[in-house]
Amino acid sequence: MSEPILSLAGVTKSFAGVRALVKGEIDLYPGEVTALIGENGAGKSTLVKILTGVHHADGGDIRFNGEPVHIGSADNAGRLGISAIHQEAVVFDDLSVAENIFVTDRPRKRGMVDWATMRERARVILAELDPRIDPRMPMRQLSVAQKHLVQIARALSNEARIVIMDEPTAALSHREVEELFTIVRRLKAEGRAILFISHKFEEIFDVADRFAVFRDGAAVGQGLIRDVSRDQLIAMMVGRSVDQVFPKTVVPIGEELFHVAGLSRGEEFADVSFGLKRGEILGVYGLVGAGRSEVMQAIFGLTRPDHGEINLEGRSLKIRAPEDAIGAGIAYVPEDRQIQGGILRFPIASNIALPSLSHLSHRGFMRRADERALAEDYVTQLQIKTSGVGQRLEELSGGNQQKVVIAKWLATNPRVLIMDEPTKGIDVGAKTAVYRLMGEIVARGLGIIMISSELPEVMGLADRILVMRRGRLRATFTRAEATPESIVKAATDA
Amino acid sequence: MPKIFGARRGLPHEVGLGLLTLALLALVTIAFPRFLVIDNLKSLVDDTALLIMLAVGEMFVLLTRGVDLSVAANAALTGMVVALFNAHYPGAGILPVIVIAIVMGAALGLFNGFLVWKVRIPSIVVTLGTLSVYRGCVYLVSGGAWVNSGQMSPFFLSFVRFPILGISVLSWIGLLVAVLAFLFLRFTIAGRNLYAAGNNPNAAGYAGIDVGRMQCLAFVLSGAIAGLAGYLWVARFAVAYTDVASGFELQVIAACVIGGVSITGGVGGVVGVVIGGLFLGIIKNALPVVGISPFFQMAVSGFVITVAVILNAGSYRKNHGRKILERAEASS
Repeated sequence: MSEPILSLAGVTKSFAGVRALVKGEIDLYPGEVTALIGENGAGKSTLVKILTGVHHADGGDIRFNGEPVHIGSADNAGRLGISAIHQEAVVFDDLSVAENIFVTDRPRKRGMVDWATMRERARVILAELDPRIDPRMPMRQLSVAQKHLVQIARALSNEARIVIMDEPTAALSHREVEELFTIVRRLKAEGRAILFISHKFEEIFDVADRFAVFRDGAAVGQGLIRDVSRDQLIAMMVGRSVDQVFPKTVVPIGEELFHVAGLSRGEEFADVSFGLKRGEILGVYGLVGAGRSEVMQAIFGLTRPDHGEINLEGRSLKIRAPEDAIGAGIAYVPEDRQIQGGILRFPIASNIALPSLSHLSHRGFMRRADERALAEDYVTQLQIKTSGVGQRLEELSGGNQQKVVIAKWLATNPRVLIMDEPTKGIDVGAKTAVYRLMGEIVARGLGIIMISSELPEVMGLADRILVMRRGRLRATFTRAEATPESIVKAATDA
Repeated sequence: MPKIFGARRGLPHEVGLGLLTLALLALVTIAFPRFLVIDNLKSLVDDTALLIMLAVGEMFVLLTRGVDLSVAANAALTGMVVALFNAHYPGAGILPVIVIAIVMGAALGLFNGFLVWKVRIPSIVVTLGTLSVYRGCVYLVSGGAWVNSGQMSPFFLSFVRFPILGISVLSWIGLLVAVLAFLFLRFTIAGRNLYAAGNNPNAAGYAGIDVGRMQCLAFVLSGAIAGLAGYLWVARFAVAYTDVASGFELQVIAACVIGGVSITGGVGGVVGVVIGGLFLGIIKNALPVVGISPFFQMAVSGFVITVAVILNAGSYRKNHGRKILERAEASS
């Protein structure tokens, strides 16, 4: 066995106080494929961004061929021979294939771009990957799989010694995956080290030699694929104490409140049906891209479903825009509180009042005193830590920002509250506060639909768990029958 | 720090800009006491009133992340139409003139807004087109002829000049527009939604605000004000012709930007725009008094505008730039 070409130990990274990577450790060996496995938010993407020079590690040790290195920029990463193929093909759609391959390093002649050489070199590289791709074609005309190949070609043109593939198969058909794996094996045979990120165990066992499992930003296991079983990997992935203290409030569950039947929309999701009862927290688990948020966005009127019925308290709803959903009693705490949830530069009071302005006004004129009173009421109820309701949202901590967004939606007096990743990116203390709050909300007779990618959260809080994969509901578990393994299996099995 | 209603941190941007404007005024006056002559000040205020009105209208559009390049052309077209109306119906009185100006201006704005909202064409493209269309229409309705003061009724001309408390009606109207805009933005739901739609269209959408409708509303307001300004303009200068206010939209946008309105939307206020307009007005009126050759006046005023904008942008970036970048990375 050879020495690792790249070795990370104890790498840490925080964003605005939130720790994304606590203990980043991984070793990559020349001529081997290492699979990086972990739930959403386990720190995989952060690790990739550190390796490619997009982010700087806050601390830890990165060694290249045994020498400590500092990857400060994308340029440095390129010089070390690190090249990444991203999940969503990162390409320039309006440039030609050849330009995309040589985007960082155009062949030149007398200071000018040497187009002939560039095309010729592109042709040579592509001939081995997919001879159907013409270097002069605009990138836009290629399939997703071909775009991945162009990124691989870019890596090859840079003489990459380390190739990172971040969920390269997510959008590929079975055949395309086979073709990609043929190329991966070739790269391997040429002595390159490959970091392969995937959620699909089948693929991991097919192509990888080694594995590294991350959980909550820390490496929890590394080793050879042949020494491990799929169930062992799943156990490592989810292994944290699911019995971690979740302040689950026991609330009597009432009659059915909300019902969705046969909801479909284009390629996003199909035939989604479920019900929600008063006092119930319904967990929706799935991998990123499973279509969970898309379903909720359609329910909330942000997009229009092609088919399907939505019923609230026995009445059929016609929802054309979020306005209608809010009016009917549906509220949506979106996933990204800074981009979708709140307006960072607005004061807290204006944020909380925004969807409720029509109740806080008289003939189109706002009653600012009422707005203030409403905001102060929620600041007290939800124990939002702030110097006053005139403070800007951006000045609060992540947890308090999230409380403001929740307050904003509670103020609309909803019957159904949809919460998309309600504790994403907030610290543990704030999470517990949000969980308590959810308990209080359902105790008032509301129903909560909680999208979450965190298994302990789903298992700790939800009364029922829906699992989605590739735009469809695949399984439903009651709180009693759910096990981490069964949920992850339903979410990942092809 | 640009200011959004109710949020306070440090000195508002307007205070700094106001002090800068006063300093500019003092400087020019010390060097050339002639500048502070009453007549000169009156003409400065009248000139600036038109600029401020149009800038307030422009601000609505900028707040929703758009830009309206057609304001000056709208004013020229509406000004020509009311001048022709007056020439044909000299006895109609002032009220129909003002109503026509506002309604027609709003209709031209609605056309812009409709294309932005429903056809989803970027506002810069839409208004670049309508800028030429509207100005072309001035030629069409007038046949290229001028409408001179001789063809205008006495009331048409004297209304804008009528002094109330020593200040012309024109300036009072400018002030009224600014005050109404201030109240609208501060106290109405629509005003609040305008800020929300520009500040974070994504979150505004989740909150049930139709961002496109707010953009359209901004264009209608901008158009209505431009129409009114069109009448005031031709009445003040006692002539209507194709090139009225030609290129003035650039000064209008400059006044907004100097006044702290963010070109990326959601930030800015009436007070800043008014001071920004005054700042520009003082420069434009001072340069001839100071005795700078007409050939250099444009370059000098351009230089001063650029410096003001850089100072403005600098104070903004200090607080925001890095944070936003990191946030973008963290969320990617």
